[in-house]
Amino acid sequence: MLSLIVFSPLLGALLLMMMRGDNVVALRRFAFIYSLVPFILSLMMLSIFKADEPGMQLTETAAWIPSLSIFYRVGIDGISLFLVLLTTFLMPIVVLTGWDVHKREREYMVFLMLLETGMLGALVATDLFLFYVFWEIMLFPMYFLIGIWGGQRRVYAAVKLVLYTMAGSLLMLVAILYIGAAHQQQTGQLSFNLAQLTNFNLPIEAQRWLFAAFALAFAIKVPMFPLHTWLPDAHTEAPTGGSVILAGVLLKMGTYGFLRFAIPLFPLAAAEAMPIIAVLAVIGIVYGALVCMVQPDLKRLVAYSSVSHLGFVMLGLAALNVEGVQGSLYQMLNHGLSTGGLFLCVGVIYERRHTRLIKEFGGLWKQMPVYSSIFLVVMMSSVGLPGLNGFVGEFLILLGAFGRYPVLASIASSGVLLGAVYLLWMYQRVIFGPLENPENQKLKDLSPRELLMFVPLIVLFFVMGMYPKPFLGRMEPAVRATLERYEKRVAQSAPGAVKLTTSAQSKAGTK
Amino acid sequence: MIAAPEISWIAILPLLIITGTALVTMIADLWMDGPDRDALGWLGIIGLAITAITAVSLWGTSISSFAGVIGVDRFGLFFTLLFCLVGSLTLLMSMNYLEVTDIRTGDYYTLVLFCTMGMAVMASATDLIVIFVGLEIMSIAAYALAGIWRSQLRANEAALKYFLLGAFATGFLLFGIALLYGAAGSTGLNAIAKVAAKPTAEQHALLLAGTGLLLIGFGFKVAAVPFHGWAPDVYEGAPTTVSALMAVGIKSAAFAAFARVFLHGLQPLEADWSGALWILAVATMTVGNVTALLQRNIKRMLAYSSIAHAGYLLVGMVAGGELGGSSVLFYLLTYALMTMGAFCVVIALGRQGHPNENLDDYAGAGFRSPLLGMAMIVFMLSLAGIPPFGGFIGKFYVFSAAVKSGYVGLAIIGVINSLISVYYYVGVLVRMYMSDGGVEVPTMSGRPYLMATLVLTIIGTIALGIMPSSLFEIARQSFQSLG
Repeated sequence: MLSLIVFSPLLGALLLMMMRGDNVVALRRFAFIYSLVPFILSLMMLSIFKADEPGMQLTETAAWIPSLSIFYRVGIDGISLFLVLLTTFLMPIVVLTGWDVHKREREYMVFLMLLETGMLGALVATDLFLFYVFWEIMLFPMYFLIGIWGGQRRVYAAVKLVLYTMAGSLLMLVAILYIGAAHQQQTGQLSFNLAQLTNFNLPIEAQRWLFAAFALAFAIKVPMFPLHTWLPDAHTEAPTGGSVILAGVLLKMGTYGFLRFAIPLFPLAAAEAMPIIAVLAVIGIVYGALVCMVQPDLKRLVAYSSVSHLGFVMLGLAALNVEGVQGSLYQMLNHGLSTGGLFLCVGVIYERRHTRLIKEFGGLWKQMPVYSSIFLVVMMSSVGLPGLNGFVGEFLILLGAFGRYPVLASIASSGVLLGAVYLLWMYQRVIFGPLENPENQKLKDLSPRELLMFVPLIVLFFVMGMYPKPFLGRMEPAVRATLERYEKRVAQSAPGAVKLTTSAQSKAGTK
Repeated sequence: MIAAPEISWIAILPLLIITGTALVTMIADLWMDGPDRDALGWLGIIGLAITAITAVSLWGTSISSFAGVIGVDRFGLFFTLLFCLVGSLTLLMSMNYLEVTDIRTGDYYTLVLFCTMGMAVMASATDLIVIFVGLEIMSIAAYALAGIWRSQLRANEAALKYFLLGAFATGFLLFGIALLYGAAGSTGLNAIAKVAAKPTAEQHALLLAGTGLLLIGFGFKVAAVPFHGWAPDVYEGAPTTVSALMAVGIKSAAFAAFARVFLHGLQPLEADWSGALWILAVATMTVGNVTALLQRNIKRMLAYSSIAHAGYLLVGMVAGGELGGSSVLFYLLTYALMTMGAFCVVIALGRQGHPNENLDDYAGAGFRSPLLGMAMIVFMLSLAGIPPFGGFIGKFYVFSAAVKSGYVGLAIIGVINSLISVYYYVGVLVRMYMSDGGVEVPTMSGRPYLMATLVLTIIGTIALGIMPSSLFEIARQSFQSLG
């Protein structure tokens, strides 16, 4: 089942490559219809997912490189379930943005499909080697999407994305090799199996290094302050579809990686590092929000808002309690939908005006009432208005964070306020005010296709905001199990290490 | 009178077939009219195919003959098969390339076959003198091939430079052999291994000096820094097919002998030479990658990239042991496919009188010729070590061998180098897909041989990345046969 979901987009890419002729309309329609296939498959997966089981489900195992104990192992649990759904849900919407792509349409769709396979694979892989392979496969389609279909400085942005990401991930590769070899030294058996390695105790000194290597790779992807500088460039230059995927799914890979790999594999080092991560997360929240205040460029503004919002996600993770982690998982979904939605909104007016500068717009509600009201809902969901999805996630994160880092959490709360300020102000400048610019007086409201992109998002905003139980309920067993294992392993370790942890925590907490 | 040693012809059967094929092409050339010599290329490919079949059928046997100087073992057969593949791909590409360059001479094919034969001798020999003979057969053919495009000034320069520096390197190698002979009283690798295991102080000194000189000699042939200076000039000046043969075939042959001598014959002295090799590996990777960043000519860039890859291979040698040795073998196979493929793209982009070897000529080529574009994506990403291509698995094996043997620092330097290399490999793709301008790309439809080479190498590179398991097993068995 999982393999089918992961590789169905790859098949789509192959079919697209083999399609004869230059009929762009047929190509786009095929891509759109085909992109529904993984989504439908993943809905079927949701229906057979057992909500109260904490462990991996629907697992598949096959020998891949037996001489190095590398296996093709996939599985899904409450942590990855909704991220998979988010990916397959966003993809048809992204394909719809492809109608605005007017060169190399076929290649655009092919790269989107390849990207989807990479992302889905990374989300379901439970073997470190397999995860690394998919992790890298994700990168290059995105590189081409930005580099070929992006804006003015697209090549710069694309190469920067590749170099930043590779820098982190190559060190992670060495760490993966090391942990496999260390396992062999202790137990006589080489292993890259996540389930085995999460019960394998390394000395704290080794854990620190390995955690650092993993954390670097993930922190770049998130991106955490101060490793975030590739993101505004990549977002700004990417085509709308690329931005949506980047914000919607790729960034989540970093936070997901922390929760799935870095923390469970190296609990002692994670316990030491979490206060630092929490501090960086809060800096990211406030810094991202402040930069947003002064952004003249719409896309850069939304990009920096990602930095701020993902700071919340990291803060929830760093709290390492059920509320915080669940909230951060929920916020990953929210951010994917809301920020994806914001990029779609920016994309709509960018396609009409070919500018991203806020000062070029104003008074759009007169010309585009439907667009303006949709933009309003999307923006409010990003702000975290109660009743919409963003509120639930932020609330849980702050609840969890207050339990562990009261001071940091109160600083972070200011980020919520700042978020409301910059988003509302941006909305006001774009939508309200007099419709002065003659260019804007000719703008057309949303087309049916564009409406089709937004409607599913808006529905989900309300559902997730009013009735989060089906989501949180499925996440909880897996989150609880992960945290219990983490706490057990930290408690098992030498008392010295624990003492160091608690003192470091209290220091950060009282700062 | 010396008693004649027992001779088993089967032990050199693959070598005899290649030699026979080379001689047949040489003679057949005399009866051919007109400038078209494609038939000779086909003859060569058939000969190499028969050699490969023979090698496969000999798999698993272990014969040592001619007083133990040469023989059949899996290690030698693995490389013989690799050279058959490299030789065939070279011949295949050449059939279209020679048309464009007007190198209308049958000798070309004969020389490629002799060069391949020399490589196979180097890989099968178990005696330093025979390794040396193989090296010379290979090198002399290569000197001639480098200069075969006589009307080109830079080809002449390349041939002369290659010849002079090659001769210089050979001197080091021979002197090293002499010193090892002085220590062990024999040039046989088994005898040397026996002495090296328990040397007297005097023998130890001789062995060390000999090892050092051999290291320099092999360093030249694999183009390891600081003995790499010839490679970029020679690769740039030589006909592109010959550059591919040198970058892949000659390097692999040198590594075959290098691995046999150091990981078998001189293995007992590992503690003495691994430090020097460590430094060579780091220098080779770093200088190769950093210099490649600055290149504007794609053949020079590929030359520096091939130097960098020699560095990764040296990492596998330093790691040693079963995993290290077999990772070198596997890496050479993936390296062969992706590098041959990349050179084939370079050839495909050239046209009569316009070699189009500047990186700027590649602008927009990816869309103008989808096949070349896709091929270059595969080869460049594979060379950079990105999954799911063979180059990634090769690097994974090499670095995991290094980590397992405790060389974590070396592995980290290796991945940092990989990161540097991403920049220039991706730079080619930036030009092919993200820049405007560039040259008109000749269509592929009129050039079936280039197309076949590309398709084969693409499939090979992807297959090795997705299903490396069985080939790695073969590499492991081959390395074990060194005993």
